[in-house]
Amino acid sequence: MELIQLHLPALIVVLPLVTGLLTALLGRGGRGWWISLGATGAVLAATLQLLAQVVYQGPQTVTYLMGNWPMPYGIGYVVDPLNAAVMATVALIGFVVTLYAGRSMAPEISPDRARYFWAVWQFCLVGLLGITITGDAFNFYVLLEISSLSTYTLIAMGHGRDRRALTAAIHYLVLGTIGACCYLVGIAYLYMVTGSLNFADIHARLADIYATWATDAPVYKKTIIAGFAFIMVGLSLKLALFPLHVWQPNAYTYAPAAVSALLAGTATKVGAYGMIRIVYSVMGTDFAFTFLRSDILLAACALMAILVGSLQAIKQTNAKKLLAYSSVGQIGYIALGIAANNVAGLQAAVIHIFNHALTKGAMFMALGCVLYRTGGVRLEHLRGLGRKMPLTCAAFLVGGMGLIGVPLTSGFVSKWYLVQSALERQWLAPAGVVLVGSILALVYVGRCAEAMYFGQRPENSPEVREAPLSMLVPTLLLAAASLYFGIDSGTTSRVSEAAAKFLLGVAP
Amino acid sequence: MSPELTVLLAVGLPLVGTLLIVALGRWPNLRDGVTVVTSLAVFSLVASLLPAVLAGRVVEAQLGLNLIPGVPVAFRVEPLGMVYALVASLLWIPNSVYAFGYMRGNHEKHQTRFFACFPVAIASAVGIAFAENIFTMFLFYEVLTFSTVPLVTHKGSSDAMRSGRVYLGVLLTTSVCLQLFAVLWIYVLYRQGVLPGIGFVRGGLFGNALAAGAVSAQMLGLLFFLYIYGIGKSALMPMHKWLPAAMVAPTPVSAFLHAVAVVKAGVFCVVKVIVYVFGVETLRLSGQSAWLVYVSGGTILAASLIALFQDNLKKRLAYSTISQLSYVIMAAALLTPVAIMAATVHIIAHALGKITLFFAAGSVYTAAHKTQVSQLDGIGRRMPWTMAAFTIGALSMIGVPPVVGFISKWTLLRGVVESAQLGGTRAEELFALCVIALSTLLNAGYFAPIIYRAFFRPPSPEDEHHPHGEAPVSMVFALCTTAGLVLLFFVWPRALLTLGAAVMEAAT
Amino acid sequence: MTMRLVLDYYNYWVCIILMMVGFYGVMAKTNLVKKAIALGLFQTGILVFYITIGKVEGGTGPVTISGAPADAVYSNPLPHALMLTAIVVGVSTLAVAMALAVKIREKYGTIDDHDIHRLEHEMPD
Repeated sequence: MELIQLHLPALIVVLPLVTGLLTALLGRGGRGWWISLGATGAVLAATLQLLAQVVYQGPQTVTYLMGNWPMPYGIGYVVDPLNAAVMATVALIGFVVTLYAGRSMAPEISPDRARYFWAVWQFCLVGLLGITITGDAFNFYVLLEISSLSTYTLIAMGHGRDRRALTAAIHYLVLGTIGACCYLVGIAYLYMVTGSLNFADIHARLADIYATWATDAPVYKKTIIAGFAFIMVGLSLKLALFPLHVWQPNAYTYAPAAVSALLAGTATKVGAYGMIRIVYSVMGTDFAFTFLRSDILLAACALMAILVGSLQAIKQTNAKKLLAYSSVGQIGYIALGIAANNVAGLQAAVIHIFNHALTKGAMFMALGCVLYRTGGVRLEHLRGLGRKMPLTCAAFLVGGMGLIGVPLTSGFVSKWYLVQSALERQWLAPAGVVLVGSILALVYVGRCAEAMYFGQRPENSPEVREAPLSMLVPTLLLAAASLYFGIDSGTTSRVSEAAAKFLLGVAP
Repeated sequence: MSPELTVLLAVGLPLVGTLLIVALGRWPNLRDGVTVVTSLAVFSLVASLLPAVLAGRVVEAQLGLNLIPGVPVAFRVEPLGMVYALVASLLWIPNSVYAFGYMRGNHEKHQTRFFACFPVAIASAVGIAFAENIFTMFLFYEVLTFSTVPLVTHKGSSDAMRSGRVYLGVLLTTSVCLQLFAVLWIYVLYRQGVLPGIGFVRGGLFGNALAAGAVSAQMLGLLFFLYIYGIGKSALMPMHKWLPAAMVAPTPVSAFLHAVAVVKAGVFCVVKVIVYVFGVETLRLSGQSAWLVYVSGGTILAASLIALFQDNLKKRLAYSTISQLSYVIMAAALLTPVAIMAATVHIIAHALGKITLFFAAGSVYTAAHKTQVSQLDGIGRRMPWTMAAFTIGALSMIGVPPVVGFISKWTLLRGVVESAQLGGTRAEELFALCVIALSTLLNAGYFAPIIYRAFFRPPSPEDEHHPHGEAPVSMVFALCTTAGLVLLFFVWPRALLTLGAAVMEAAT
Repeated sequence: MTMRLVLDYYNYWVCIILMMVGFYGVMAKTNLVKKAIALGLFQTGILVFYITIGKVEGGTGPVTISGAPADAVYSNPLPHALMLTAIVVGVSTLAVAMALAVKIREKYGTIDDHDIHRLEHEMPD
C-alpha cells in the first residue's frame, strides 16, 4: 500500500500505458472495455487522492523523480493544486465517458477493431494525464504528441458513420503537428538560453536573465521573446483558441460520439492547462503580461473567440457542430481568465476547465444517445424528442443551462468569477462581452431546446425510445454533477483558489 | 414557530407544492386542492410575519447554500419587501381559484405543467421580496423569469413560441447583461473595500463612498442606469416589448404576470434598489437619477397613447400596465419619503385593480369567446358581475374615488409637492404634475369606451345566435373578490397607509 | 554586415530554409501525401535546429576516453537524445497520416484536398 502511495504520480501515467498495450494484445470481445474501465477507474481514484493531498492535507506539491534522477537532470513529475485539479477533471471525464462508450461505440466501430479502439483510447488518456503531471518541457512535448496521435486516430474512427471523419482527422493532424512543432521550437529557444528543460529550473534561470534587462547589458531578450511566441502559438493551436480553432469544429462533429465527449471535456482543457503552466510558472507573468503586454493580445483573442464561436454556433443546423463552435467560445472564457492575471481570473479559468468539461461532456453524451437512437444529430432529428427521450433531453438541457450560465448551474459560478476578475482589472468591455456571450449561448441552446420540447417528430420517422441505461446513466451523472457544483461551489472554489494562489504566490 | 423558520418556509413551501402537484397530476381535483392549500399556507406564513415587521423587528434567515463562497443567499424581512410578498401571496389565492375555472372551462391541455409552474414563481417572488442582498435578489429574479416561460408559451403554437422568445430574450438579456453586471461591479467594489457590503441597508451603500470620492458621481450614475434597465420586468420603455408579447398566454397567466408576480417584481426591485442600494439621499445629492423621472413620465404617456389604439382587450390592458408601472418608477425617482410611500401604495393598488381587469377579460373570453374591444357591445347585460367588476378596476386605474386607485394617486401628488418643498429641481415636479394630469385623461380615454359599449350599446345582432351567460362560478367569485378588495381599501385606507408609512420610515 | 549575418549563422539559415520549405508545402500543396511529406520536412528542420544548438565550439564527442585532457570540451549530447525521440514522433505522425490518406483514397476516390472539399460541400451537414 505504501509502495503504491509512493509511486502514485507515476502510476497515473504508467498504468493506462501498460493496460493500453495489454488491451491491444488481449482485448478481444468485450474485454477491452473492462480493462479500460478498470484502468480509468484506478486513475480516477489516484488523481482524487493526489488532489486531496495537495489541496486539503498539504504539502502543496508532491514530486516524483523518474528513475530517481534528481531534477533538473532527470524527468520529474510535480503535482501541485493546479495540475491536480486538471488531472482529476481529465480522469473523471475519462472514467465516465469510458463507462458510456462501452455501448455507444458498438454501432460505430466494428467489433474486430474494438480492442485497438480501446488501446488508443487509453493512450490518449496517457498523453493527456502525462502532459498535466510532467514537470519537464520535452516530456511535455512527447506526451502532447502521444495524446495528439491517438486523438487523430480516434477521430478518424468515426468514418464508419461519416467519411468526413477522415478528412477532419488529417486536417487536425496537419495543424496539430505544426502546433506541436512550434512548441518544440519555442522550447529549443528556452533551452538555448537556460540550458534546462525542467519547468521550475527554467523559471529560476529566466529570473536571473530578466534581472539583466533592467541593467545596461540586457541579454537574450529577443531569443526569449521568440521562444515565448512560438510556445504560445503552439499551445493556442492545441487549445483551439481563436483564430487557430479551424480544425476543431469538424473534428468534434464527425468523431464517434464518445470521442467527441472525451475530447471536448479533456483535450482542449489540457491545452489550457499548458498555457497557464507556461505563462504563470515558467515564463512568469512579469515577463509575459507586464513586459510583453501579451495579456491584451490573449484577451482580444479570447473575446473574439467568445463572439465568433457563439455566433457561428447559432448558425449551425448540426447539433454536434453547434456544440463544437460553442466550445470555441467557451475556450475564450478560459483564455480570458488566464489573461486577467489575478486570483479571480485564474479561479475562473480553473473552475471553467472543470465545469465546462462536465457540461460539454454531458451534452455531447446526450447527443450520442440521440445519435444512437435516431441515427442523426441535425436539429430535425432532435425535434419532438422531449417526450420520447425525456432523460436524455433533460441532461442536454441542464448542460445547456450550464453553457448559458444560468444561476444554480456550474456555468454561473465560472462566469461569476470571470466577470469579477475582469471588473477587478477595470476591463468593463470584456466583462460585458462575457455577459453578452451568455445571451448568445441562450440563443443556440434555445434552438436545440425548442426543437426538443416544442417541435413535432418528423413525418413517418421511426419510433424512438429512451437511450439504453448504460449510456443514460453516465450522461445523467455528468449533468447531475454540473447541477451539484452549481448549487454548492464550495469544493470547486476551494480547489481553484488553492491553485490560483499557488500560481500567483499569494499566501493561501 | 420562529420567524426565521417562517421566512424559509414561505420560500420553500411552494416548491414542495410543485412536487406534489407534479406527483398528483393524474387526479386533477387533488392537484388543484394542493394549489389552494399551498397558496393559503404561503399567505398565512407571510402574513404572520407582518406584526413583527410593523413593530420594527428585524427577521433574518440564511439559506445554507454555498453558491458562491462569501456571497450568502440570505433573507431579511423589511416593510417594503413585506408589501410585495403580501400582494403576491394574497393575490395568488384568487388567481388560482380563477385559473381552475379558466383552464377547465377552456379545456386547456398540459394543466399539470401549468399549475406546477405557479408555485415556483411564487417562491421566487417571495424570495425577491425578502432578499437580504443584491445577489439573492438577482438569483430569485432569474428563477422567476425561467419559471414563467412555460406559462407564456403554454399554448405551444408558433405565435406562443415567438412570444416566449421575446419574453425570455428581453428579460434575460437585460438581467444578465445589465443587472448581473451591476451586481458584480458592486460586489467587486465591496471586495476592494470601497463599499461596506452587498446587502440592502437603510440609507443605501454608496453614501460614504460618494462623500469620500472613492466612487465618482458618474460611476454611480452608470451603475444606476445599469440597474434600472437591468430590471427589465419593470417594463420601462424601450424594454417593454416583452409585456405585450406575453399576452398570448392564457388569461390567468396574464393576470399573474401583470398583477401577482412578474411586473410587480420589476417595480418592487426598482424601488428596493433605489431605497436600499443607492439610497434616496445619496441619489438626490448626486443628481444622477433625474433622467428617470422623464423616462418614466414619457413611458406613462407613450404607453397610454398606444393603449388608446389597441382593439384587442388584453393588449390594451398590457399597455395600461406599462404606463401604470411607470407611475411607481416615477414616484420612486422623485426621491422623497412620501413619494416612496406613494410607490408602495401604488404597487398594491395597481395589483388589485389590474388583476380584476384581467379576470374580467378572461371571463369574457371564456363565456363569450370575445377578445376585441369592438365586440363588447352590450355584454354588460349578459355578464353583469364581470362587467361591474371591470368597471371598478377601470376606475381604479383612472384614479378616481371611490376606489383604491385614488388613494395612490393622491399620495403620489403629495409626494410631488413634498419634492418641490425639499427644493428639488422645479422642472421635474412640473413635468410629473403634467404627466399625472394628462395620463389620467388618457386612462379615462381608453377605459371609458369599453364601459360605455358594455352597458349602453345594444348587442350586435349576431350575438343573438350565441346565447351565453356569466363565466364559471369560480371565475366570477374570484373577480368579485378582487373587485371587493379594490373598494375595501378605499373605505379602509389606513391599512395601506400604515404599510406605506412603515416603508417610508425604513426608507429614510 | 549582411554577408556576416548569413555566413556566421549558416547553420540557423539551413534550419530556417528547411522549415519554411516544409511549411510552404503544408500550406500550398493540395495532395495529402505531399502535405504529409512537407510536414516531415518541417519537422526535420527542427531536428537540425536542436542538433545545431547542442554543438559547443571546439567541443568533441561527449565520450570520455581514458587519457583525455581534463579540460577537454564536449558537445552537448542532450539535444541528440531528445531528437531521437522526436524522430520517433515524426515517423509515427507520418505513419498515421499515410494510413489516413489510404483510407481517404478508399472512401473518396481521391487524395486531393480540393476534390475532397468539393465532394464534402455537396453533403448535408
